[in-house]
Formats: sequence, C-alpha cells, structure tokens
Amino acid sequence: MVGILEDKDRIFTNLYGFHDWGLEGAKQRGCWNATRDILSYGAPWIIDNVKNSGLRGRGGAGFSTGLKWSFMPKEVKDRPHYLVVNADESEPGTCKDREIMRHDPHLLIEGCLIASFAMQAHACYIYLRGEYILERERLEAAVKQAYEAKLIGKNNVHGWDFDVYVHHGAGAYICGEETALLESLEGKKGQPRLKPPFPAGSGLYGCPTTVNNVESIAVVGTILRRGAAWFASFGAPNNTGTKLFCISGHVERPCNVEEAMSIPFRKLIEDHCGGIRGGWGNLKAVIPGGSSVPMIPAEQCENLAMDFDTLRNLKSGLGTAAVIVMDKSTDLIRAIARLSYFYKHESCGQCTPCREGTGWMWRVMERMVKGDAEPSEIDTLLEVTTQVEGHTICALGDAAAWPIQGLIRHFRPEIEARIAAYRSRRAIHTGHVIAAE
Amino acid sequence: MSVRRLAAVQPASFAFSPETMEKANWWIAKYPENRRQSAVIPILWLVQKQEGWVSEPAISAIARLLGMPQIRVYEVATFYTMFMLEPVGSAALIQVCGTTPCMLRGSDALMAVCKAKIGPKDKLSADGLFTWQEVECLGACCNAPMAQINDYFYEDLTAENMVQIIDDFAAGKTPAPGPYNGRKTSEPLGGATTLSDSKLYDGSAAKAIKIPNAPEKA
Repeated sequence: MVGILEDKDRIFTNLYGFHDWGLEGAKQRGCWNATRDILSYGAPWIIDNVKNSGLRGRGGAGFSTGLKWSFMPKEVKDRPHYLVVNADESEPGTCKDREIMRHDPHLLIEGCLIASFAMQAHACYIYLRGEYILERERLEAAVKQAYEAKLIGKNNVHGWDFDVYVHHGAGAYICGEETALLESLEGKKGQPRLKPPFPAGSGLYGCPTTVNNVESIAVVGTILRRGAAWFASFGAPNNTGTKLFCISGHVERPCNVEEAMSIPFRKLIEDHCGGIRGGWGNLKAVIPGGSSVPMIPAEQCENLAMDFDTLRNLKSGLGTAAVIVMDKSTDLIRAIARLSYFYKHESCGQCTPCREGTGWMWRVMERMVKGDAEPSEIDTLLEVTTQVEGHTICALGDAAAWPIQGLIRHFRPEIEARIAAYRSRRAIHTGHVIAAE
Repeated sequence: MSVRRLAAVQPASFAFSPETMEKANWWIAKYPENRRQSAVIPILWLVQKQEGWVSEPAISAIARLLGMPQIRVYEVATFYTMFMLEPVGSAALIQVCGTTPCMLRGSDALMAVCKAKIGPKDKLSADGLFTWQEVECLGACCNAPMAQINDYFYEDLTAENMVQIIDDFAAGKTPAPGPYNGRKTSEPLGGATTLSDSKLYDGSAAKAIKIPNAPEKA
C-alpha cells in the first residue's frame, strides 16, 4: 500500500480538483451530510467531541482546537461572538489551505457553520491572503451556492442564523498572526496586538473571537460525522488525526498529500514524492514544518515520525507540516540567508528587536554566504538570535531566529569552512606585490 | 520591514468608475454599519484593478468614502506590498516568487529571464509593457518555481516557459495559468498516489448516516 492512510479515511477527497468543487459534487462526497443532526446535539457535545478527537490546530502552533473553542464566553452578552478563519497562508513551504479553498470549499463552509454554532457566533469572516485570487473567487462562488441552497444565511435549514463573509489581505506575512489578522480585518496595518486581552475576550471589533486555521475548521464536519474515535485512531497519542503535508524542494515529485499523522518521514517522501532527488543518500537536511522551524539534518530523518511531539523533541516542529527538502547540492547557508531576507522583508516594524534584528541577521547571513566574516561572528550571530527570540510581541522574531539557530546547530562546520575558503582566497590578493624595500 | 513611498509624479484627480463603486459598496456591506474601515484593503485593491496602481488622489477618495483620516489609508497602502504605488506594465505585472522553496527549484533562472527580457526589477520596462518583481512566498510551494502574473499563478515553470509567457503577453495574448509541467494541480507529477477509490465518488457518502456518539436523547 502507498503511504499509511487508506482512501476511505481521507477527509479531502477532492484535494487535487479532479472532481466537482461545487455544492453537488461536495454533497456526493459526503459534505453537508447530517449537519443538522450534528447541530441538534448542542454546542457542548460538539466541543467535547472535537476535544476527544485530539485535533490540534493546523496553523502551526498545534494547540487543541476543542480547548480553544471552550475559551469563548459561555453566554452571549452585549457583544456578538465571531469566528475568524485564518486563510492567510503565507508560511514559506505551505500550500495546503489553498487546495481546500479552491477544491473543497464546502468542507470549509460547513466547518465554519459547525464551529460558529459551537461558539454561538452568527457571523464568520474568512481572511484570505490577497494573492489567492483564484481561491477567493472559488470560495465566494461556493459561499453563494451555500446561501442559495439555504445551508447558511438567515432562516437556513440548519436553524442557526449564520453569515459567512470572505475578506482578503494584500501581501503581508504578518497577518497570519492572529491579532495582526484582526487588525488588518479592521482596516488597519497588520501589527500584532499585545496579549492579554486574548481574542476570546476581546478580538474582532472588541468582541469575543476565535481565530482558527482553514484546515482545522475544514476537518470538523468529517470528524463529527465519523466520530472522534475514528480521527483519534490515526497517529501517535497526543498527535492524532489525518494531516495535509506539503512537500516541496528536492524530491522527485513535490506534492500535497493527506496522510496519517506520525507517518515516518521516509515513507511519506518515498511513497508519495518518488523519493529524494538522487536517492535517499543524497538527503542533506529538512525543514519539516514551514520556514519558521529549525532544520534537521539527514541523520535525524531516518526513523523520523512526522508529528508535533517527535519534532519538538528534536528542537524543531511540525508547524504547518510544510516539508522543505534539501539535497546535497544545496547551499544551506544561502537557503537560510534567503529566509532571513524573507523575515526582514515581512517584519511589521513594531518591535525594535525584530525590526532591527531581522535586518542585522540578514546582512550577516549574506556575508556568511560568501564567507566574508570572522569565525567569531558565528557566535555573535547566535547570540543576537537569542536577543530577538522571545523579546517581541509576536512570534515573528522567534521565527526569524530559529532557522539560523538550526543552521548553526547542525551545520556550523559548513559555515566555518566557507569562511576559511574565503580567507584563503583573499590571502592570495592581499598585501603588496613588491616586498618592502 | 519594507519602506515604501508614494510615486513622485501623481495624477491630478481620481474618480471611482461605476463598476468599482458598485463593488466597493458590496464590500462595505460585509461589515457592521459602523465598521466601514474594514473595507479599506478590498477597496484599495479594486482601485488598483481600475487604475493599475494606487495614487495619492485615489487614497484621498477612499478616505472620504470610508470616513477615515487620509493618513490611515496612506499607512495601509504603504504597509501592504501588493499595492503598487507607481504605474506598472500595461501587458503584465510579473511577480516571481524568490523565497527558499522556489529558490531550491530554480527561481533564479526565471528571474534571469525577466531581467534579460524586461530589464531591472521593480522598474517599468522601456516599452511600458512590463514590470517584474521578486516577491516573497506566494503559497504554491509544491508547484515551485512559480510566478503570479497579473492575477493568477503560473506554476512549475522553466526558463523556457518564462520566455514564452513573456513573449505571449507582449503579443497581446494571455497565456493559460496553472502548472506548466503537465500536471493538473499539486498532485505528484505523473499521477496521484492517492484518491483512486471509486467509492469516494459514487454517492455512497451522501446516504443517510447515524452520527457516532450521539447523545441518548437528541
């Protein structure tokens, strides 16, 4: 068998868009089936079952989705509740939510209804990154179908008045941070808010709000239809369920694929991607969860289970399950320097350590690419990453620091060799041509 | 952080076209009555679609439409990098993703083509037809290297593809977006390894079901 997960247990059955994305096609594949029954069991039942499924947020942090929902106020008082779906998919390496929105949009819309009902929200905003124009057109069309079929809207067949609004950004990675996203949705610059207050207390327009990733919401309908125990039967304990993996970089056939959580890395790559380019022995390093997590070297990939806890124990992370594979031809220093440029470009400028630090780290990394540095600067760079990490309002500072830390942790000799090579070349050209008289 | 400024040369005025205004009102209606400001990004985008870029008079007009101080619209327009603050190529705005996943798959070669055929990045070409930029991750990493051209994604590109695409736009054609290596979307090249079970698509999933763990009394 290819991979671990069987087709009958896949949630995203139109992941590649081979079938009808519209309402009829979605219903044929089981979407919107028994949704009314699910709502009839009440909000506490839904939240309990999502908790029992072990679903951890698919946006990167891996926090229990059911538990997050339970943080919302139990009763609606003077302020309405909101669900906001984070579809600002911008973490380098990540391209899974895009497939959900353009190929299986009704799974997302159904999930929005169920999640909003569970949190007593009558309105949901889906915030797409601005670049996803095709995805937005598709999602808008699917929302329109759902309104016309009275699946959502006022007086819909599910008995819970509910509006879905599609919103978009305009090119700012930082808006994937939940409070920056809320600022942006309010029509401001996307600069993260200090927490507390947390969005569950004061989020969109100062109202109780929960922000969830697209994949976290889109899986909820199927989880409840098939049962929490079904979802929890995949993966290692505390790392349950099925998961969309985005495999990019130096594999024979890069792809998105839904697999069981905790699938061995090697099986994932060899069964679905045709293996590492040039064979397994040609693997150099992997960034296993999107650009923000530290890389791990090939030696640690042999028996690696792709899940939250295993990767955290290796000082990396599952993040968004965006697996960036790098073979032995890769200039790892340049690969990470390019990420440093990314974080410098995307820093919102609010906190000094990040605004100044990302630029500083990038400039030093560019010199490291050439080898134009003192060997002692490697430690200085490492020290600066620790000054940025943990000293900013949001996690962008951490995200800028970790790739560099991962590089130095595992490939320090490569940086040192680059510096030595640069210096030995320079020695040939330095000094006077004619000896002093 | 990217530092962005308005263009040195600005038009004298700006007016919403009737179509833009209709769409702007559709956006404004998505938000609570007293939260019109929420529509600022979508409306800036509509204006960019109308004019090709975002000018200072347009910023003022949007501020009046939404009841916002002009500086608040200005800071949004300069913060978000999809807003073009000066005129761009009339045939195509080519945005090549240069972030690591695309870099690993050959985005350097695409940018070399753009540079050779169009000129330096971020500058309008001499004939006014093209602008190209290196942008940050566009979220299509399984289809790397790729570029967003005008509105849509052109994926799995080679340098040769990029040459042809630029030539086609220059000739007034609109090449088809999507993957250029023969696959449909982001399935493995040569055919999907999953989702072949016909039972997923025969309607059996739509039959009446009993929800597991349902409470005794619903």
